[in-house]
Amino acid sequence: MKVHWMKDADAALAEAKTNKKPLLIDFSAAPA
Amino acid sequence: MPLEAHIKEHPAYFHRFDALWTPSVLILDPNGKERHRIEGYLPVDEFRAQLEMGLARVAFMSKNFADAERRYAAVLDRFGNTKAAPEALYWKGVSHYKATNDHTVLGELPELFRQKYPDSEWAMKTVAWEH
Repeated sequence: MKVHWMKDADAALAEAKTNKKPLLIDFSAAPA
Repeated sequence: MPLEAHIKEHPAYFHRFDALWTPSVLILDPNGKERHRIEGYLPVDEFRAQLEMGLARVAFMSKNFADAERRYAAVLDRFGNTKAAPEALYWKGVSHYKATNDHTVLGELPELFRQKYPDSEWAMKTVAWEH
């Protein structure tokens, strides 16, 4: 299953609130 | 809902969410409140168990106790050999109690811990409920 990773925190927080869904944030320093 | 925060692309997010180490994974509730944090690399099953623990915590703190109980049970069913399992057993019992007000489940926990996870710190926390 393809995961659609969001990049904008404010947009992600807003979408989580609108959809009443939890938000997972992955903090990484790994090379792309 | 997944958000990617790479240190080179969004360094400000690290400060905003108090992330001081990578990898870190945060699980926030729909209102943006942090409910679970995973820091450092984990084996796959330990990581998956922690993700489920995070979702269970979101449900618990939202007072969706039946959903929380179901999620903690899922951790026990699917990841019963992980480090998360004793904590899941504890909170599964508490969630059941909160959902039903049936305190007998708490009284059963000390024996369950003796059978399954006797050396867990979560076992200690159930001793007060011994019959």
